[in-house]
Amino acid sequence: MNYNWNWLVFFDLEPGATGTYLSYLFGGLGWTVMAALASWILALSLGTLVGVLRTLGNPVLEKVCFVYVELFRNVPLLVQMFLWYFVLPELLPPQMGDAIKQMPPPWASLVPAVLCLGLFTSVRVAEQVRSGLSAIPRGQKMAGMAIGLSTWQVYRYVLMPIVTRIILPPLTSEFLNCTKNTSLALTIGLMELTARARAMQEFTFQVFEAFAAATLIYFMVNILVVLLSRRLESRLRIPGLIGSDSSRITAGH
Amino acid sequence: MGYEFDFDVIQRSWVYLFRDGMTFSLTLTALASVGGVLFGTLLALMRLSSIKALSMISAAYVNLMRSLPLVLVVFWFFFLVPYIGGWLSGDGKPIKVGAFSSALITFTMFEAAFYCEIMRAGIQSVSRGQTSAGYALGLNYRQTMSFIVLPQAIRNMLPVLLTQTIILFQDTSLVYVISSTDFLGAAVKVANRDGRLVEMYTFAALVYFVICFTASMYVRRLQSRISIIR
Amino acid sequence: MKSIKFAAIAGAAVLSIAGVSHADTLAKIGESGVITIGHRDASIPLSYYDDQQKPIGYSVEICQRVAEAIKTELKRPDIKIAYQLVTSANRIPLLANGTIDIECGSTTNNAERQKQVSYLPTTFVTANRLMYKKGSGISVIADMKGKTLVSTSGTTNIKQVTQMNADKNLGINITTANGHSESFLMVETGRAAAFAMDDILLAGLIATSKNPSQFEISKEALSVEPYGIMVRKDDPKFEALAGGVVKDLMKSGEINNIYSKWFLNPIPPKNITMNVPMSPNLKKVITNPTNSPDPAAYQ
Repeated sequence: MNYNWNWLVFFDLEPGATGTYLSYLFGGLGWTVMAALASWILALSLGTLVGVLRTLGNPVLEKVCFVYVELFRNVPLLVQMFLWYFVLPELLPPQMGDAIKQMPPPWASLVPAVLCLGLFTSVRVAEQVRSGLSAIPRGQKMAGMAIGLSTWQVYRYVLMPIVTRIILPPLTSEFLNCTKNTSLALTIGLMELTARARAMQEFTFQVFEAFAAATLIYFMVNILVVLLSRRLESRLRIPGLIGSDSSRITAGH
Repeated sequence: MGYEFDFDVIQRSWVYLFRDGMTFSLTLTALASVGGVLFGTLLALMRLSSIKALSMISAAYVNLMRSLPLVLVVFWFFFLVPYIGGWLSGDGKPIKVGAFSSALITFTMFEAAFYCEIMRAGIQSVSRGQTSAGYALGLNYRQTMSFIVLPQAIRNMLPVLLTQTIILFQDTSLVYVISSTDFLGAAVKVANRDGRLVEMYTFAALVYFVICFTASMYVRRLQSRISIIR
Repeated sequence: MKSIKFAAIAGAAVLSIAGVSHADTLAKIGESGVITIGHRDASIPLSYYDDQQKPIGYSVEICQRVAEAIKTELKRPDIKIAYQLVTSANRIPLLANGTIDIECGSTTNNAERQKQVSYLPTTFVTANRLMYKKGSGISVIADMKGKTLVSTSGTTNIKQVTQMNADKNLGINITTANGHSESFLMVETGRAAAFAMDDILLAGLIATSKNPSQFEISKEALSVEPYGIMVRKDDPKFEALAGGVVKDLMKSGEINNIYSKWFLNPIPPKNITMNVPMSPNLKKVITNPTNSPDPAAYQ
């Protein structure tokens, strides 16, 4: 094959003189993690809120939440990224739009990416929360109301503690999806891990080495998160209430 | 709002968008989903078999695919497939692989991991009595699987399989990173050529929304109609 | 886990053993009956799409002459010409892995790339300059301090400005875009203050834009870029044949006609004239064809 292997390329200096290619890739991992964590925080807060709102029984709220969920689920994530990055500044009043466009490169891509990914993931979190809440026997809520707790108190002290423990496994996979989806931000200029692997490939022409390194790093992150979440689950597990059917397979990645 | 909209651009590029772009997306989705389900079912059977080696290979493959971002997998296959083709065809020359074939192989291989998990859940949801009855009647493994277990498994998991296919359709937009012309790629080309980003991206989002929403509504209706009461 | 490691090692071993075979493009073309020409979508006027999405341009036309010569050489008039769109980022990998047989775009010839591919004699000489909106107060690269500079991924320009930025501590925010039209759009919409690219490509993009008078190209040149058509490395037969065609075009003076067609006359799709007379650098190359990667050879 007309391909010359060169595993030592990782120790060559990167053109921007920030260090070796290896440190360049790990810098990308840093951006990936930052984007993933920021989006995840946004997704958890918003998603839990929406998931709870859908179970309150108010028909107007349900319709609104339904529209919100369907809107973000049926448009591909890549298209959503483009909308946030290219279209939003044009739709805002000129001053705000220009201010957004003048943001220096790392942040200009990071902010839309986090907003986009955060909202996209919040929808999936909302669905998990909703199904978690519906898995709790109705008696719990009724008992809470019967002893005089307000709706807010019932959720805060009775339902949510159980729900969070039940949905921990699917939430872990949602977090992993969120991390993987940060790679889409490369299309709007965020130099995260996959983007840097591609840049490395373009500068050095060592295709397989660059992508192999990125693959390995993603794999390691995956294993790390799974191990951590298993420890968390075993500490938080409620005896007698085995986690929401891990055998119930839903589509998606 | 300082932006002047020009929705004419959609009218002018309608044919290109749908004839070239959408057919690419839909064909890719159709072929990759069929291929993915077939390969996924194979992986699921391997995973559930009693031969340790098969089970481990299948588990390793699925875990690998599920831990990587799809963008990275697209890049991998785009650069890797011609070399593999050359090696397979034994003449040492990398064979030429067009964008469509590369995308097709990528998506089939990637989605197979997810279809595998779905089929595995489906196969496990068919009660063991069915398999036992099959063997009792004198059918061998292949016959039991193909005539008794798999049809029931597919019927049980049909809504989930279809939902995964809808997700596949959305994922085909990622061929943008290898500069292929699917529906999104076509919209981006027109947007760049005419400088009409807002109109084209909004239009693309709208089209995807309509297609996916209608499809998922249909799946929801299907789900309520075929659910088996146990 | 074990199975993955095994598969990876086995795969790598096979790929590296599979023979350091020399490429034989002529044989490959003979077998498959197709010559695949790699082209660009927006490198006006060298290699771009007209409004029927057909690839045209100065480099494309030269390649078409090469393709005709191949057909004659192999005595196979039935050989078809296929066109494959490539980008700055994937043109070299696609040439190396066999997806295209010859790359006809706006590719700079330099020593680093010559480790991976071979070049036919230089057919155009350009320079790396900045493009910016008039009245932005920019005229040299030092003015870009604290501002955003965009360039297309996979080009020599992005690598060059990144290095320059680091070496001279210019304090520029550098970002990349997927293609020339995207980079241009970033300047047009105000996301980036300037676009660093070869001046002929900048001229082409400005000429075909909605409001050409808005933009300006810097006088300062960051480097000299000789363009050459790329072919696979270690393929002396093909390189000699294709190189011979280009040299003949230059010796016979036919190259001047092709040049005026694309640079001095109206071109599709909007029938604009580029109006770029042949530079002294290019005239020098035509009298003495060379595929040297050294910019000094073109001054």
